Amino acid sequence: MTPAVLFASETGAIAAESAGWFLKNAWVFPAIPFVSFLLILFFGKRMPKKGAEVGVAALSLVFVCALAAGAQWVSHVNSETGGHGAEPSADTTHEDDAPSAAAHATVKAEVEPGAEQAEQVHHVVHPVVTEWKSDWWTIGRIDFGIGTFVDGQAVMMLFVVGLISLLVHVFSTDYVAGDIRYTHYFAFLSLFTASMLLLVLANNLVMFITAWELVGVCSFALIGHWWEDQQNSNAALKAFLTNRVGDIGLLIGMIVLFFTAGRGESFNIIDINVAAASGAVSHTALLVASLCLIAAVMSKSGQFILHTWLPDAMAGPTPVSALIHAATMVVAGVFMVARLYPVFFSGLSIAGSPINALAAIGAITTMVGGSLAFVQRDIKKVLAYSTVSQLGYMIMALGVGAWTAAMFHLMTHAFFKACLFLGAGSVSHACNHSFDMKQDMGGLRKYMPRTHVTFLIGTLALSGFPLLSGFWSKDEILAGTGGFGLSEGANGNYHLMLVMGLMTGAMTAAYMTRCYWLTFLGEWRGADSPNAHHGTHGHDDEAVAVTVLAHHDDHAAEHDVAGAHDSHDAHDAHAGLPHESGPRITVPLMVLAALATVASVANIPAAFSFVPASWRLRFEHYIEPKSLYFPKLDHSEFSPVIAIISVVASSIGCALVVLYFRKVQAGDPKATELTNGPVSRGGLPKLAYGVLVNKFYLDWLYTDVIVATVKGPIARGANWFNKCVLDAIVIGAATVSKRIAGFTYAVLDQQVVDGVVNGSGIKAAETGGFLRRMQNGRVQGYAALMFGATAILAGVLVLAI
Amino acid sequence: MKDFLNDWGITAMVFLPLVGAVVMMLIPKAEEELHKTLALVTSLGVAVIGALLALNFDWDKSAELQFVVDKSWIEVIKARFTVGVDGIAMPLILLTLLVVPLVIIYSWNHFPDPVNPKAFLILILVLDTGMLGSFVAQDLILFFVFFEIVLLPMYFMIGVWGGEERQYASIKFFLYTLFGSALMIVSFLALFFVAGAQTFNMTELAALVQSSEVARTTQILIFGGMFIGFGIKVPMFPFHTWLPDAHTQAPTQGSVILAAVLLKLGTYGFVRIALPILPDGARWWAPIIGGLACVGIIYGALACLAQTDMKRLIAFSSVAHMGYVMLGIATLTDFGINAAIFGMVAHGLITGMLFFVAGSLKERFHTLEISRLGGLLKQAPHMGWVLGFTAMASLGLPGLAGFWGEFPAILSAYNPAPGLSVGLFRFYMFVAALGTVLAAGYLLWLYQRTAFGSPKDEFAHEHVHDVGTAEWIAWLPMLVLIVLLGFLPVIIFGMTSDAVEVLAQALAG
Repeated sequence: MTPAVLFASETGAIAAESAGWFLKNAWVFPAIPFVSFLLILFFGKRMPKKGAEVGVAALSLVFVCALAAGAQWVSHVNSETGGHGAEPSADTTHEDDAPSAAAHATVKAEVEPGAEQAEQVHHVVHPVVTEWKSDWWTIGRIDFGIGTFVDGQAVMMLFVVGLISLLVHVFSTDYVAGDIRYTHYFAFLSLFTASMLLLVLANNLVMFITAWELVGVCSFALIGHWWEDQQNSNAALKAFLTNRVGDIGLLIGMIVLFFTAGRGESFNIIDINVAAASGAVSHTALLVASLCLIAAVMSKSGQFILHTWLPDAMAGPTPVSALIHAATMVVAGVFMVARLYPVFFSGLSIAGSPINALAAIGAITTMVGGSLAFVQRDIKKVLAYSTVSQLGYMIMALGVGAWTAAMFHLMTHAFFKACLFLGAGSVSHACNHSFDMKQDMGGLRKYMPRTHVTFLIGTLALSGFPLLSGFWSKDEILAGTGGFGLSEGANGNYHLMLVMGLMTGAMTAAYMTRCYWLTFLGEWRGADSPNAHHGTHGHDDEAVAVTVLAHHDDHAAEHDVAGAHDSHDAHDAHAGLPHESGPRITVPLMVLAALATVASVANIPAAFSFVPASWRLRFEHYIEPKSLYFPKLDHSEFSPVIAIISVVASSIGCALVVLYFRKVQAGDPKATELTNGPVSRGGLPKLAYGVLVNKFYLDWLYTDVIVATVKGPIARGANWFNKCVLDAIVIGAATVSKRIAGFTYAVLDQQVVDGVVNGSGIKAAETGGFLRRMQNGRVQGYAALMFGATAILAGVLVLAI
Repeated sequence: MKDFLNDWGITAMVFLPLVGAVVMMLIPKAEEELHKTLALVTSLGVAVIGALLALNFDWDKSAELQFVVDKSWIEVIKARFTVGVDGIAMPLILLTLLVVPLVIIYSWNHFPDPVNPKAFLILILVLDTGMLGSFVAQDLILFFVFFEIVLLPMYFMIGVWGGEERQYASIKFFLYTLFGSALMIVSFLALFFVAGAQTFNMTELAALVQSSEVARTTQILIFGGMFIGFGIKVPMFPFHTWLPDAHTQAPTQGSVILAAVLLKLGTYGFVRIALPILPDGARWWAPIIGGLACVGIIYGALACLAQTDMKRLIAFSSVAHMGYVMLGIATLTDFGINAAIFGMVAHGLITGMLFFVAGSLKERFHTLEISRLGGLLKQAPHMGWVLGFTAMASLGLPGLAGFWGEFPAILSAYNPAPGLSVGLFRFYMFVAALGTVLAAGYLLWLYQRTAFGSPKDEFAHEHVHDVGTAEWIAWLPMLVLIVLLGFLPVIIFGMTSDAVEVLAQALAG
């Protein structure tokens, strides 16, 4: 039986024939850090820098290769859209050769809408696919190959992962210096990078699942890096197990896709996408697959209700949080939806609808994350909930059909959130490794100028300050909702998503202002902390206390203590005051802050006619696929109204917090909250505060109710059943047999049979003769007899049946 | 060379361990080093013959039996000495050839009390013959004989070298399995008579049953007998209760062989005998087997969560893992059966490793009570890593061997063989997928309690030896294979795929 219809991937209609070396040999990307992982793991401890040098070198190489791949992709796109753009025949004939029904269907669909769409047919950009058939696994006549699938989306991710990982490596050489498991730390960073790059480049679903799980393991290992403390290992377990719950959806969703879109023969992502985009697959199947896969997105990308592991994951070292739990791994879910976009686009009927599961989950998540970020004391937790919220934006964007906006936000978010996390690490480095904003921070502006400025830029970018990158990417998402007809050309009319997105924008500005204020403004509160001087920087506790006291007396009444800056820098060297971090920490911060600022030029709106056309929408042009494996999307345009509303909302959020802290610190610059604020007065605010502090009681539900019940009563019940029912039956059967045997011997054998035997001595002679004859036979004879006897028994049994 | 292998290869491989055992019997007990060397050399010799067989195996015809020897044996009952190897048997033979020498190496200075290397190693060699014989036998009676040969050495291993409750455990193991065997042989004989066969040859019986159209009900009844016989060996829920006791009480070497190879005799029996000979019976039983497999997956995992003893926990995890294997078989599809065979090999390597580590922990701490352990990564970091790695493999992490037994098995349940209820099997698919969460739960929780944190007070100041040389030699091949098979599953799928396809097509009707 041969397949009736060839898959798109087999016909060669989809993949590009010629492309740059790095695009065709993309395997080098995961291979480099994987080799680095092995080197560090086995030889790292014997190296002069304990393995860190290998990691940094490998990542530098990856980054350079990623830049090269980016350049090659740009020229590839240019050559396919520019040079040959005027000659559509090149592509079309190619497809005519191919007996692919799916491909044909889509080609027709693309051509039919008329002249307006015809241009897009010309502008097909072929991805670069390299596959090794029958080298991975095979079942029956189906060979499952392994290979790489490079297009704009993958190239963008290569750049983001390579860059952030490199900066995190550099940052870590200082940040975790002296750690007991320094070498292992770098080994896992390398393994993580390799897995993440594999995920990005996977050309089939099984490879994708593999990489998806491997990044999860690295996350587990790095969250639990300091496993001596049970809290950390608990966080690691929670992360892994929550993700496993989502993986049920991943496995089943992928299986459904394999049997429907892949016709039970192909895991190839392009095949599945082409089939889903062509409408050849039943809508129900795609809907089921999308819903299953959403479960996986919820766990991996921290969407409500499976987001609870992400804030706990902050137990890991801070650079890990920046790399894995902000910039790269947690966007794997977003990446997956984007990768299999035709499945979601048709399955959830994204076009022309006002709401769908993906958009709703994203929108709810942005608000949940945003609200929880308000009540955190721990700076990393603020950022973690902020990540949850921003991931919600990306998912919402994909849910409303704003694919490019989601990818753009993914990239800008990676820059500014990594910047913020690494900034938080730098701050903590200065504050005796504490992350408690209320207890150990405040007033750091004057001690850590570089960290301060970069953190401020990150905060502004995240809050949507006009012209910074976050503003543009968020605005694109909001415009993409098409709510209330405020933007042109959106795929649907998601009014609710627009409202929720705007509200979250205000919340984001507010909680980030709070975070920034508590950390960098006001007065340093570290001296009040009982453990402030335990760290590596404490020299003489008394001297420190005296200095700090003097400092308080001098400036107690002042709001602006910037003037004291110079005089206190001098204390850094010999007192326990915070200090700026070294260049290996601050340089990555500056790079990220710069990118967070300038990334906005990557996708200048089409409406900005004062910019040359060749500068506008570059991101969309190069990153968004233009091929049969991608649905036909509409692109919303820049909407000044939405931009203005969003800026106003953010400004209000920011202003409210500023007013609050001015009031709080009017009397005491070290105060962090109102003593008689609305929360302490009871009523609804207190109730709401309680719900937020308890994280909507989800942790309680998961840990104390579900997990505790399974681990406790249910598991014990199973064990009891095993011992007291199943095993008891076995033992009972044995006991009964033993009793019967005892009875048989005592009564039947000794009394009945023996009696008969004794009475039939006459027969003995004949029997003896028979037995003697038998004993002369070969050994096989005995065996034969034994089996013969059993056979007769069996025969009787069978006849009885 | 080729001629020798064709005529004598399998026979030499199967009986060489017995020869070694006989030679060792003649040597005085006191010569311990000599016994160890002899046993190792014998097992390596067996492995070399096996490797030669594998190298000369015609992989393009892996669906056919090769190196077939068919000689008269017990003519009275028409049993013949028929042996051969095909793609289905090959991975399991190779697994056995690997595990036995490694167990002997591990034993080098790890003999459990009462030491007596002579008797211990002789038993292992006899086991070797029984296991290899079962995998190559193509005659039902021959299979049965080898299947039974395995019982006795294991009975003695548990009963003599076992833990405190060894008597109870060994008798339970022996009688329970024997009970299954009795039903199995009755089924074999019933088959023989009902089909009106003149031979016990498996291939011929299968053809005969097809052509003579043995009534469906009869097939179902006979399959039922085999189901219990093999099911006990697997062990399937609810026939598994002998396993935790046997594993917990057995010496490390016994546990490893039991987990790595012995359990596979049951699943192999299904694939080799029950399915091909009785396809109608298989179709009737498939939903039941699938259902019990799923119960086993969840139930085994839950029982794991309740265990306080590490070895007992690993034993229950076998129940869960063999559930995936049985689910794969129950779908009667090529995906499912390929996954099942992969799962057998992967489980052999991974659970074997887990028992090795558990044994080494027991030797160092004299307890496997989980609540008394902790901080292994601190006291013996290498061992902690090995345990962590193996736990990850056991929970089915992609990139390691365990995944390839699980994922295709779950996948196959989406689309079972024609005639099976699609809705029911999709429900099984969901249950099996849920089982992966629980598996991660009990394994990582075990790891957290034993390896993370700090050592408990009673062991805090004890110096603990990290992994020793004999341990590394015994473990490294298994660890490497776990990675290798995970990265290149084609190694196993390439062997089994063709043979399984023939079987699956027959099952599809």
